[in-house]
Amino acid sequence: MIKFEGASVTYQTDAGPHPALSGIDLDIPGGEPCVVIGPTGCGKTTLLFLLAGLVSSSAGSVQIDGDQALRGRRETSLILQQHGLFPWKNALANVTLGLTIRGIPRGERNEQAGELMRELGIWDIRDSYPPQLSGGQKQRVAIARSLVTEPDLLLMDEPFSALDAMTRETLQNLLLRIWKERNFTFLMVSHGIEEAVFLGRRIVVLSERPGHILTVLDNPGMGAESFRLSDEFHRQCIQVRRALEDR
Amino acid sequence: MAITTARIRPYLIAVAAMLVIWQGFAAILDTETLPGPFAVLTAFTISMKGPMASHFLRSSYRVLISLVLALITAVPLGIYMGRSSRADAFLSPVVYLVYPVPKIAFLPLILLLLGIGDNSKVFLISFILFFQILVTTRDAAREIPREYILSMRSLGANRWQKAAHLVLPAVLPKVLTALRIGIGTAIAVLFFVESFATNTGLGYFILDAWSRLNYREMYAGIVGMGLLGVILYEIVEFTDRTLCRWTKL
Repeated sequence: MIKFEGASVTYQTDAGPHPALSGIDLDIPGGEPCVVIGPTGCGKTTLLFLLAGLVSSSAGSVQIDGDQALRGRRETSLILQQHGLFPWKNALANVTLGLTIRGIPRGERNEQAGELMRELGIWDIRDSYPPQLSGGQKQRVAIARSLVTEPDLLLMDEPFSALDAMTRETLQNLLLRIWKERNFTFLMVSHGIEEAVFLGRRIVVLSERPGHILTVLDNPGMGAESFRLSDEFHRQCIQVRRALEDR
Repeated sequence: MAITTARIRPYLIAVAAMLVIWQGFAAILDTETLPGPFAVLTAFTISMKGPMASHFLRSSYRVLISLVLALITAVPLGIYMGRSSRADAFLSPVVYLVYPVPKIAFLPLILLLLGIGDNSKVFLISFILFFQILVTTRDAAREIPREYILSMRSLGANRWQKAAHLVLPAVLPKVLTALRIGIGTAIAVLFFVESFATNTGLGYFILDAWSRLNYREMYAGIVGMGLLGVILYEIVEFTDRTLCRWTKL
């Protein structure tokens, strides 16, 4: 599904070239959840933007299903840290934005969005505007917006980082449930070790900037809400922590 | 219904307060130059049923066309400058050079090129408003959060979709603020452009009444200009309430 081959990114800034990622080699099979973790400013978001086609690699290549990763790939959805909801559109219009852009008629749009919004528990707030919503509701709207186009690849940039611990866990459970139902590939950038272990079948640990892969941890036990309470979960958390500390 | 009452009541109170102050000044000064409000309002009612109505309509036409022209030129250019740092680097110095120059100084040239009819009058009003709307729109377009831009890009939106769903709604509240400030300027310039080479418009009506020392009619014309301002402001308020509901949450 996803293949990074020696991918590097260097940003050109006023102060000169600024390397953000160097020599990323990574394979993610279709339908697999993967979490990227690493220190602040290590290029995690750049890695995500490479896949979304929002930045281009200065060396190496990034492919999705054998094609170069380009902006506007119809089957890729992106959720940003501040969720990128437009304050001038109500929840329903925000959710249907991707469908509107694809020229899908209103009736069909609302039907598709309605089903998903009911599933995510946000149908009752469809007429509310983002400033009227709580952090958790905003993130549910953002999830609905990204899923309504039925992506096969979901990219998330620390989507739950601004939420309180309880809401964050609820949304992690929700994401896990939706992933199991729909079986898309997802790549999430996170700075939470527990989040990485709960949601990542693979956990990619990046180094300091310019980010390169320190290790890729296998996490076969994930996939159930009860995983959080298991000994294996805690062992994996310790392993991720060690990998981060050894960098 | 409740909303209408809530909006009209402050208007009524403000108008009543102004009438009281006006009446007070008129009584203290006791001069023909400042007739009392009731005499003026009577003259206003009579004039609006007679000759002033066509002047009022002509002025409304001139100022409305000017506002529309300023909007359809300044908003797209402001957005372009705000979203393209290269365009901004070239165009901003031009704007900063021309903006502070009193546009009325170009009047001889404008009259030469556009004649003494409505074209030159409308052009001068739009030209002055253009810069106010341009600079505000440019700054608003610059401030659009990067997150929103990335969202639209990742959805594969084309240029027109970005404009319709992101840029225009994002700049609209600021454009309306520029219009609120601009309406005052527009009416002031309207009075100026109607003070020469015309025998139509409220500006002409006021100056003509003054020259005939008919102060009641002169103030009736001034009330007419005030009314024109109120109508324009209310159009802006209506647009704001309808299209920018999200800014009031």
